[in-house]
Amino acid sequence: MLRFLIPLALFLAVAAFLAAGLDRDPRKVPSPLIDKPAPAFVAPVLADGGKTLRKEDLLGKVWLLNVWASWCVACRDEHPLLVAFAKKGGVPLVGLNYKDRREDGLAWLARHGNPYAVSLFDPEGRIGIDYGVYGVPETFVIDKEGVLRYKHIGALTPEVMAQRIVPLVAKLAGADG
Amino acid sequence: MIPELGHLALILALAVALAQGVLPLAGAQRARTDWMALARPLAIVQALCIVLAYASLTAAFVRDDFSVSYVAAHSNSHLPLAYRVAGVWGGHEGSLLLWQLMLNLWTVAVALFSRSLPLAFVARILAVMGLVSVGFLLFTLLTSNPFDRLLPPAFDGRDLNPLLQDPGMVLHPPMLYMGYVGFSVAFAFAVAALIGGHLDQAWARWTRPWVTAAWIFMTIGIALGSWWAYYELGWGGWWFWDPVENASFMPWLAGTALIHSLAVTEKRNSFKAWTVLLAIVAFSLSLLGTFLVRSGVLSSVHAFATDPRRGIFILAFLVVAIGASLALYAWRAPKIGLGQRFGVVSRESMLLANNVFLAAATGAVLLGTLYPLFLDSLGLGKISVGPPYFETVFALLMAPLVATMGIGPLAHWRGDAAASLARRLGIALAAALVAALVSSWIGGRWSAWSLLGLVLAWWIVCAVATDLYERLQPAGWSPARLAARLAQQPRAMAGMWLAHLGVAVFIFGVTVVKTHDVERDVKLAPGGVASVNGYDFKLVGLREVEGPNYRAVQGDFEVAKGGRRVATMHPQKRVYRVQREPMTEAAIDSNPLRDLYVSMGEPVDGGAWIVRLQHKPFVTWIWGGCVLMALGGALAASDRRYRVKQRAFAAHGVVVGR
Amino acid sequence: MADDAALEARVTALAAELRCLVCQNQTIADSNAGLAQDLRHQIRDMLQKGRSEREVIDYMTARYGEFVLYRPPFSARTALLWAGPGLMLAGGLGALLVVLRRRQRLAADAFEPDANDDDGNTTQPG
Repeated sequence: MLRFLIPLALFLAVAAFLAAGLDRDPRKVPSPLIDKPAPAFVAPVLADGGKTLRKEDLLGKVWLLNVWASWCVACRDEHPLLVAFAKKGGVPLVGLNYKDRREDGLAWLARHGNPYAVSLFDPEGRIGIDYGVYGVPETFVIDKEGVLRYKHIGALTPEVMAQRIVPLVAKLAGADG
Repeated sequence: MIPELGHLALILALAVALAQGVLPLAGAQRARTDWMALARPLAIVQALCIVLAYASLTAAFVRDDFSVSYVAAHSNSHLPLAYRVAGVWGGHEGSLLLWQLMLNLWTVAVALFSRSLPLAFVARILAVMGLVSVGFLLFTLLTSNPFDRLLPPAFDGRDLNPLLQDPGMVLHPPMLYMGYVGFSVAFAFAVAALIGGHLDQAWARWTRPWVTAAWIFMTIGIALGSWWAYYELGWGGWWFWDPVENASFMPWLAGTALIHSLAVTEKRNSFKAWTVLLAIVAFSLSLLGTFLVRSGVLSSVHAFATDPRRGIFILAFLVVAIGASLALYAWRAPKIGLGQRFGVVSRESMLLANNVFLAAATGAVLLGTLYPLFLDSLGLGKISVGPPYFETVFALLMAPLVATMGIGPLAHWRGDAAASLARRLGIALAAALVAALVSSWIGGRWSAWSLLGLVLAWWIVCAVATDLYERLQPAGWSPARLAARLAQQPRAMAGMWLAHLGVAVFIFGVTVVKTHDVERDVKLAPGGVASVNGYDFKLVGLREVEGPNYRAVQGDFEVAKGGRRVATMHPQKRVYRVQREPMTEAAIDSNPLRDLYVSMGEPVDGGAWIVRLQHKPFVTWIWGGCVLMALGGALAASDRRYRVKQRAFAAHGVVVGR
Repeated sequence: MADDAALEARVTALAAELRCLVCQNQTIADSNAGLAQDLRHQIRDMLQKGRSEREVIDYMTARYGEFVLYRPPFSARTALLWAGPGLMLAGGLGALLVVLRRRQRLAADAFEPDANDDDGNTTQPG
């Protein structure tokens, strides 16, 4: 006689999962690159086409990679936070100018401020693909050994900066202190 | 004023629905005829309130009343009138009101067409439908009020999503909702039978036409949605196994199983518990669909803008409604009798095998749709389950189902011998195999899947032909005699043949398109020509076009085959003035044997465009098959025995334990 | 925009298996989004350089995770997904057979008497 309770039991199990699913965001995709070496790159610099920057050049220090573009509306929202972050000094902020035109990128920085120690120029998005970029802006934290430690999708907020990025950076920078 | 009137009408409807849900139910329990007799009038009053509310919302759209928040979000003063009327269901709140309207229409239909049913039974059915209505009205009034004001009023609306500004939009949601909501009738019949204790062949005979009617609407609704996506979205796909598409497909599969299970119950008074469970499950899947579309748990192009509060409310409603009915089932089902007996090989067992396959298919679609959510909520990461999974799994489950479709109608009721069936169907099987091989050879391209699809389609045709032969042949071969004998067949049989042939047509269309579909992305400048499968597409020129609320770049194509002009086509890339999203308006040249499909991609340097050209043989057979299925259902539902007044109800009744 | 039809067919077949991450549930074959076009170029590039389908899939999952695959790979966590339908089918058929056989063995009085409007004839209404 208990078998007649099976449909009810199955339904309640499904309902429990649906309830748990209500506070998940089906669009947020976690990065498979966390805790793996950050993808290598050799890229021209935005400000000066003749110069290139390689990932190896950044080993030995903690750094942030911020993906931005002049056509990206949300980048304008987070930009003041980055400018403030850069002013405080500390770890270098490297920009990745993604699928943009050099003139447009430089003009945008001139208008909104340039918090980046240097910006990489990625007009075809190849570096972006290597880093699994799918929505601009995105921000990565990379440690002294070049291992990718954290990825934030979307515009940065004061909460994310204060609760995730700044403490993580402090921890990674002080790791061998 | 009018929006407030609409709001008031909703509140009034809620009060009436509460009365409708409680009084007749109590009346049936206490044998109080006066309370039971309230059911029909209350249902009609509630419906009038909802019609008033719906009319108010439509009026707000037609009059461009942008002080109503919902209107401002989904309409615009330049929107053509037809889309202002259809735009009422373009967003969450309005489509919910449409759902409510459908629920009330079905309730009134039950109230009016149930004169021959016992009063207590009707009272319970209308009460259950009233309670469902209470749930939806509470949801509407508490979380999704379409009459909320926007003050100060918007200067103009944000326009209806351009994808929805299309004739398909006018037809697809109403048809689909009629189907979704129609299963609430079967649900109410099942719950009423469980409460009242009279579950028998008469019950099955009463329920069947209602289930078939809902199923017909669902079939047409899904087919329209598929066809609409095909011509509107611009890349030639017609089914993506998207969570919202699956949400409509699952009740359809369960509804199909229910129609066949009711046949067994009506004939043999057996497997009643299973039939009742199916009726509850079909509507539960409709409700689940509502949840999936409006709660934000799954990512889909069809999902409405979401709000976690709404998700919580619907989930709570689901738990109460489905939980209570499944608990009622668990309590009452053990006492339902076994009915009459039948053999392990018989038409009844074939119908039940059909149910196993359809239930497994429903379960598989449910599993695939919810699995990403299941893993995510357990913290096991995020995966995607898409067409590669569903197509493989579904095709494999459909093969045995189609096999049964051929055997079942030929099997004798009550008991048959496998050997005799094999003998009668052997020719059909051989003919199907030969026909499949010949069609493969004519088509010129084949694969294991395409052979399987063709065999299945031809198998249905040959089995139906065998059935027809056995029934008509004793009359001799003269056309007049055959026609006369055919006309004598019960409509239920004719409906079955037509619907099953519809399935064959559908399978044939899907198989051929998947095997022979060719698509090419080419770069064309004015004057350029590209070829696909022997058709030469020439881009004669490009020009700018102004529409009522959009601007477009239009490509003018001439298509020739073997030097003879076959079609002129005018695909467009539109930009709607308000929403500014570029939209592809594909051009399709259609005939029963093939579609030619052209869509504009992106402009490139030098005045050229990237254009997608497609040749899709027999693609219209996909929807043609669905139309045949729906017609078959309509024919079956019009069978004499549903229209003839019932004899005394107690004749066949077997009372469920009290 | 290679003219090689066979290569294009391979690109499209692969693109139809991969999810466009900036869209709401579309393959990168069907989407016109910038990222989808970039990834289609990437696939074409890799195939032209002689990489296999397997290598292209691995390349994408290394960067975007298994979420990008519309055909979930078989693993411990997806075992239930892939085995489920088969199990349901087998279970359902098995249950039906057991129930029917069990009913065969029951005495006739567990059932209702056979109604006399049915003679098991094929000319009966459905």
